[in-house]
Amino acid sequence: MESLTATRVLRVTGLRKRYGGTEVVAGTSLAIARGECFGLLGPNGAGKTTTLRLCLGLIDPDGGTIELMGRPVPAAARAARERVGVVPQHDNIDPDFTVAENLLVYGRYFGLADAAIRSRIPDLLEFAGLAGRADARIQTLSGGMKRRLTLARALVNDPEVVFMDEPTTGLDPQARHLIWERLRSLVAQGKTIVLTTHFMDEAERLCGRLAIMDRGRIIAQGRPRELVQAHIEPQVVEVHGDGGAEWGEREAPRLAARVERVGESVFCYARDAGPIVADLERRGALAYLHRPANLEDVFLKLTGRDLRD
Amino acid sequence: MNGTYALPRISPRLVPVWRRNFLVWRKLAVPSMLGNLGDPLIYMLGLGYGLGSFLPAVGGVPYIVFLAAGTVCFSVMNSATFEALYSSFSRMHVQRTWDAILNAPVALDDIVAAELGWCAAKSFLSGLAIMVVAWALGLTSSLLSLWVLVVVPVIGLTFGALALIATAVSPSYDFFMYYFTLFVTPMGMLCGVFFPIDGLPAALQAVSWALPLTHATELVRPLFLGETPPHAVLNVAVLLAYAAAGFYVAMILFRRRLLS
Repeated sequence: MESLTATRVLRVTGLRKRYGGTEVVAGTSLAIARGECFGLLGPNGAGKTTTLRLCLGLIDPDGGTIELMGRPVPAAARAARERVGVVPQHDNIDPDFTVAENLLVYGRYFGLADAAIRSRIPDLLEFAGLAGRADARIQTLSGGMKRRLTLARALVNDPEVVFMDEPTTGLDPQARHLIWERLRSLVAQGKTIVLTTHFMDEAERLCGRLAIMDRGRIIAQGRPRELVQAHIEPQVVEVHGDGGAEWGEREAPRLAARVERVGESVFCYARDAGPIVADLERRGALAYLHRPANLEDVFLKLTGRDLRD
Repeated sequence: MNGTYALPRISPRLVPVWRRNFLVWRKLAVPSMLGNLGDPLIYMLGLGYGLGSFLPAVGGVPYIVFLAAGTVCFSVMNSATFEALYSSFSRMHVQRTWDAILNAPVALDDIVAAELGWCAAKSFLSGLAIMVVAWALGLTSSLLSLWVLVVVPVIGLTFGALALIATAVSPSYDFFMYYFTLFVTPMGMLCGVFFPIDGLPAALQAVSWALPLTHATELVRPLFLGETPPHAVLNVAVLLAYAAAGFYVAMILFRRRLLS
């Protein structure tokens, strides 16, 4: 077990944080190894961002222990953050500076010498797809460019672990794919990534391991495939539109292992979808989609379909 | 580490935060100087010479000389106050610059200390500009008036620290109007900026002595006139006490706001 400790970047046990009467983080435990891309999934208000802020030592826990880069947090959080990069949920690039000045000024917060930062800036801009924009004003950047600049800024101290809070929220598909590609290359370089997201495809594509969090608790943890296998039937048939609800009530329960009705839509989960599809084909009038189960199905099964505000 | 009531602990990492503000200022230095310095100079010259021509000697000197010393203090107070209210609030709340810095190995204490240091630096420029004009116009020529430049950063720290308390609890820019109307503007009238304190009713004089701006004008005006301030140690002690208490209270409130 000794060697495991050495390669562990983040270790959290029994973490608790209470706001007023609500326990926002209610006994969370995590262990993230060097070189992993770890995803923290959960609906809005699940406690993801609070967990990240606790791990960075920005707020004090009410209970539990945190060890980041081998240092106790929050006691030695500042020392731990020397080797950490953070991409926050909301871009907070300095609007008064150019692209390159943002990186220079941010590097100084780590105590880096100007010459050392300046020598890294071309590579960082290249990595972020912002080469040639060193002197651009922030107001002239698109949302995707700002996000990439935030990513470059998080790498200015050459961190070993990068925390990302919803790195692609609000981006268009092109911009998201570019960020994903960059994150993969960071993992290939041996960096550890801890990201929160509520995009299941993002988690499924990027994360080697993930935890699903709800109401402050981790309710499932593992590799994306394993979670799908462990928690849900492998086949899904979605039935939408007129007549679907009625069919879902009368026919679906005898054909599917599990049926979920959401408004006019019906989700049938089964080990073998053959009989369901055959029944729908025979009727002809119902629109349906047959697909393999994915992480989103697991997520909705575990966290429910109710809206979270 | 984030003990809400702990005494502020600052580290050398406040330097890059101060430099960040300086770098932004350098880009906008000319309009910023004009905005900060133009108004007080216009009031000082307009009232000092215009109104002053109707007045006998005030406090034993021509009104323009009396007013110039007051204007140094008033202008330094306003400059530090504006920076600590509007600019710091903008960096903390609107631009979320502080959030970004907190993710680096910099503590909130360092950020707030750097903001306070920056308030003092900006207010020093206000005081310096007015002193340069005063020297150029021959309103003061005593070597002792150079000491004003030593006092000015202390005044800046005092009013910067007090204004940071308002920033720490402010929900929006509108809130700062209360601070000006209830605190800054009354001090302008009660603390010997525009007229001597001994013209005030006794009760108001007592209030005046409790206010920090009075201790600023009590220091600056004698120095301006080439005299040693009679209560210099007391005046400096009161200003520094306000600065220290203001910084500590602001720190507690910022920690509550940002680190819980």
